[in-house]
Amino acid sequence: MTNGNYVIAVEGLYTRFGRHVVHENINLCVRRGEVLTLVGGSGSGKTALIRQMLGLETPAQGTVRIFGEPVHGRQHKQLQYMRNRCGVLFQKGALFSALSVYDNIALPMRELRTLDEGMIRNLVMLKLKMVEIDTKHAIRMPAELSGGMIKRIALARAMALDPELLFLDEPTAGLDPELSDGFVKLIQTLRTELTLTIVMATHDVETLVALSDRVAALDEQRMVALGTLREVVNTRHPFIAKFFCGERGKKILENNRYNL
Amino acid sequence: MPENEGSNSSIVLRRVTGDDGAPRLTITGSCTLAALGKRLQPLSAELNNEAANPELRWDLTGVRQMDDAGAVLLWRAWGNQRPRHLRLRREHERLFDRLEKIPAPPAPVPRDLLWPITVPGNAVFLLWEHLTCLIILSGQLLLDSIYLAGHPAQIPWREISANLYRTGAQALGITALVGFLIGIVLSYLSSKQLQMFGADIFIINILGISIVRELGPVLAAILVAGRSGSSMTAQLGVMRVTEELDALTVMGIPHSLRLVLPKVMALGIAMPLVVLWTSAIALIGGMVAAEIQLGLGYQFFLSKLPDVVPLANLWLGLGKGVVCGMAIALISCHFGLRIKSNTESLGEGTTNSVVTSITVVIIIDAIFAVVFSNVGIR
Ligand SMILES: Nc1ncnc2c1ncn2[C@@H]1O[C@H](COP(=O)(O)OP(=O)(O)O)[C@@H](O)[C@H]1O
Ligand SMILES: [Mg+2]
Repeated sequence: MTNGNYVIAVEGLYTRFGRHVVHENINLCVRRGEVLTLVGGSGSGKTALIRQMLGLETPAQGTVRIFGEPVHGRQHKQLQYMRNRCGVLFQKGALFSALSVYDNIALPMRELRTLDEGMIRNLVMLKLKMVEIDTKHAIRMPAELSGGMIKRIALARAMALDPELLFLDEPTAGLDPELSDGFVKLIQTLRTELTLTIVMATHDVETLVALSDRVAALDEQRMVALGTLREVVNTRHPFIAKFFCGERGKKILENNRYNL
Repeated sequence: MPENEGSNSSIVLRRVTGDDGAPRLTITGSCTLAALGKRLQPLSAELNNEAANPELRWDLTGVRQMDDAGAVLLWRAWGNQRPRHLRLRREHERLFDRLEKIPAPPAPVPRDLLWPITVPGNAVFLLWEHLTCLIILSGQLLLDSIYLAGHPAQIPWREISANLYRTGAQALGITALVGFLIGIVLSYLSSKQLQMFGADIFIINILGISIVRELGPVLAAILVAGRSGSSMTAQLGVMRVTEELDALTVMGIPHSLRLVLPKVMALGIAMPLVVLWTSAIALIGGMVAAEIQLGLGYQFFLSKLPDVVPLANLWLGLGKGVVCGMAIALISCHFGLRIKSNTESLGEGTTNSVVTSITVVIIIDAIFAVVFSNVGIR
């Protein structure tokens, strides 16, 4: 490991879909143990950036390194090892529709082939309890669940292997405020128990203020600000002004002034 | 290298005897799933052995990191309870608190002892359900057609023409290839036999009747059932999975009128044309082989064909095309609309749809053969 403090290093990243340019020259590092929040308007490329970090898209230019090694051009075994250390919560949940809730969460554990079925049972129940899903829903199929439940079960699945690096794409979108607070508490608890590095894309100012160590703002293909919340809020840029200084944003920032 | 990093921070067990003479087990290092890796199984056995002694003093204060998997490993070794003597870090306390409150897993569904009766019984009910649903769908289509006859402005021309293109025009290549090859094979085999009796000339009768009346329609129908039937079912199924069907419903656009009817009408129009095309190409294939094998001239073949094959056979073939085409579209749509919103149901529905369509095509062919047994054959 060259620079052990950086879990993810993105250098000069360009993303293109055909003619459509999504990222231009993005430079970004994620430190071990921090929560980095990506903010930006809808369609500003937050999901695309997360997909780049996971190696699901190919950069038009630039490199992405995770745990010090490039995402593309790794050997299969290394890639697998890296993937086992990452958990991903996709924007739409991406639960396997043919598997029950229980099997969805058990799947990554079974794939490891080191855990026995008894341990898996305990672990699945723990994860379900963690996201406050009642046991009776464990045998249900994803199509029979509400949107918020899908989100929470997808989070439980992302956490199945207790990853060191967690990608959360809009984790609180579609949750009611109470569950959203519960989610924030959950992440805070997890961070006291484990060294957890989180990359999170969100629209929700409240979650952002409560959890982020650093914030990266994306607008018009570029990264317009990167730093602590205080630094980002004090950056002069029309997007940031609009994002943080709207009615809601202002109120939440008022209430959390001690964070700044 | 990641492997090294995993092992050097992994968990270490050390057995010591304390000042008071009591046995003591200190655990240090990282007790996480990633750090444990392949050591999990042997470690589990080792911990089970240690836990056999209830007086053992467990000292986990040296554990730097612990996750749920690590906690569950210890918890199971302890027999799902805290050991009598346990010391741990404050931040790890919560992990075991959670484990104490872990709910019981849902009970597995008990196996039905009456399954020898219920399984075939359910199969019969399912068949009945399919039949009634198909009849209801056909009735709905009939009502829709009557409605459209009164409101011609609402006829979904665009969908019909799109389906015509997809199921008809795009099927021409594969049906031509298969038809041509079958024509050659049939002609080659038959001419060998006929040559033995010196009855070369009858190759025209054999090819004409069998291809125009039987092979052309059935080949085309089976190919179309596999090609277009599966795509229709999959399309409707994905629309179910992505809730597009529900979106159409709330917009007040009936599925039968906008999705099913255009498909049935388009395939009803396209199918006889595809049959005509397949038969023609198969006859050409047969003609080529007959020329090579028997030296039968093309001119002669073509001029003799209308004399030996009564026109009724052609109409019969086209009629089969219309009926099979509409049946294929109807069955595909029926299965497509029944798909539930998960991927497994999608795969199963598509398979069932194609298998049923092909079976029904063969059944329709048999019915035609019986009903028209004395039409078109001298
Ligand atoms: N697979 C794709 N093909 C073409 N364009 C895409 C693709 N995925 C995303 N985009 C485009 O990239 C931009 C960023 O999308 P996304 O990262 O999903 O935005 P968001 O910030 O809302 O998550 C959007 O303009 C979108 O249209
Ligand atoms: Mg997104």
